[in-house]
Amino acid sequence: MAKSAEEMLSSREFRSLVSKRWTVSIILTALLFVVYYGYILLVAVDKPFLAQKVGESTTLGIPLGVLVIVLSWVLTVIYVIWANTSYDSEVKRLKEQL
Amino acid sequence: MQAAAEQAIKTTVGTPTVEAIIFFFFIVALTLAITYWAAKRTRTTKEFYAAGRSVSGLQNGFALSGDYMSAASFLGIAGLTSLKGYDGMIYAVGWLVGWPALMFLIAEPLRNLGKYTFADVVAFRLKQRPVRIASAIGGVITLLTYTIAQMVGSGSLIKLMFGIPYELAEIIVGAVMLAYVLFGGMIATTWVQIIKAVLLLFGVTLLTILVLAQFGFSPGELYSAVAAKYGQTALEPGSLVTSPIEAVSLGLALMFGLLGLPHILMRFYTVPDAKAARKSVLYATGFIGYFYCIIPIVGFGASVLVGRSVITGIDAGGNMAAPLLAELLGGTPFLGFIAAVAFATILAVVAGLTLAGASALSHDIYVNVVKHGEASEKEQVKVAKIATVIFGTCAVLLGILFKGQNVAYMVGLTFAIACSANFPALLLSIVWKKFTTQGAVWSILVGTAVSAGMIILSPTVWVDVLKNPQPIIGLRNPAIISMTLAFVAGWLVSLATQEKEAEAKFIDQKLRTYLGVGAE
Repeated sequence: MAKSAEEMLSSREFRSLVSKRWTVSIILTALLFVVYYGYILLVAVDKPFLAQKVGESTTLGIPLGVLVIVLSWVLTVIYVIWANTSYDSEVKRLKEQL
Repeated sequence: MQAAAEQAIKTTVGTPTVEAIIFFFFIVALTLAITYWAAKRTRTTKEFYAAGRSVSGLQNGFALSGDYMSAASFLGIAGLTSLKGYDGMIYAVGWLVGWPALMFLIAEPLRNLGKYTFADVVAFRLKQRPVRIASAIGGVITLLTYTIAQMVGSGSLIKLMFGIPYELAEIIVGAVMLAYVLFGGMIATTWVQIIKAVLLLFGVTLLTILVLAQFGFSPGELYSAVAAKYGQTALEPGSLVTSPIEAVSLGLALMFGLLGLPHILMRFYTVPDAKAARKSVLYATGFIGYFYCIIPIVGFGASVLVGRSVITGIDAGGNMAAPLLAELLGGTPFLGFIAAVAFATILAVVAGLTLAGASALSHDIYVNVVKHGEASEKEQVKVAKIATVIFGTCAVLLGILFKGQNVAYMVGLTFAIACSANFPALLLSIVWKKFTTQGAVWSILVGTAVSAGMIILSPTVWVDVLKNPQPIIGLRNPAIISMTLAFVAGWLVSLATQEKEAEAKFIDQKLRTYLGVGAE
């Protein structure tokens, strides 16, 4: 049974797809904010913290900077894994109902 | 003793060596051959603007990185790290974080809703003419400021590396770049970006390996050498970021500015669907993240092995740190390679900007405003090519006009306008049913005016460029205020001006945004 555009839009499944998509996006964006603005605010307000030595001369700021880049990338990986496994199959199913 | 040894280093930076010329001609010949091949496949608007939507996720990932990793960021961040130490690294981190945000917030809707430009998305269910005009204003200003920064930077860099006069360098860049875009459209531009991204990643990787080899492949030893030579402070945060508001404002501009750069957004229409768009951001984030992780090593390596006084002796801004390091570690052949790669980088970035500028002028303004969307395929391609020549010529003329000017603020201006003028309208049009034509127009205009106005009155322009004693606004980065005001303007004006037609079309838009139904 084919659904019209209006029926699809008001269907529970479509609405939950949209809300799930934005929930995932907003959580990941919030994590990105914590990671990056956390780092940049540390730079602004607590320089001695980043200046601590973790090696002979290496300061904590160096691995932390790299960590911000790596974590940002990991967040995009998480998004892609979620979208490939959960979102795409749901989209395919809903499209068939149209 | 040490200073004397540093001064004794001989360099061929600034004189065109045989190796540099060979690499240079090889890259230009290769890219022009690709352009010739692409020209036969560039007949329709879809091919000219969007490479026939045939670019794969991996290819677009390389091309996006190519568009984003400019010569300024390669040579500039290496130079900043070599002279200022850790502050260069803070800067490098900021350049990456927009990419995940681009993925989470707009990549897939943008791909599903648009055709050739981001204005297609904003104007999807709103009144075409006012929205197209406003989007083109925001888009073209963003592109022009970025182009000025790139052209002025490239003229000085080419002069430093090859000893070619500034004006001639501008004309060479303009002519080669126009050949790519005019004849090969997006197909040639994409391949130029891919080649450039691969060469750049390869060159910087090799440079990093050669640096680390000097320190027993231990970054810790490299940092110890930096600390021994310039003191522990070189590895600590310095004066780049001081006030928290300034820090957050700069971060917002870097993060959300990416989501409003027309030449980046345009690349999403070159892939077949939303899934490929998603993949391309994943690859691009990986490549760019890797690039910004290793660039500081090149900078630190240059400060130890080449020495700060030698670097500033050639260019006070430190831009020649990476080329000097390449010459020291790999001789003139490696210097020639790095110089040629930097040149290819400049060509590719300016080509991408020109194509995006041409699409705003021809697709948004000419076809959709002047001709009300009624233009034959042949006419559209012709107008796109005329617009390419206009934008390319402007790029060269502006480059020459701004010769010797301090254009460091131009990149900041680009990101501030992009995140304030283009991004809020784009996001609101995707997610908010009650967004109206008036709301979009006001959001874009307020974003443009406030961000540009605040930068002019800030220390960056008012004091550093216009030489006034006191800034009128203390904040260097306006994003925190200008982006907020653009959202508020879009929201308030939309509430005040209901648009039933636009709300009705939101049904189609939603199906297309989330399910890809009817996406081109």
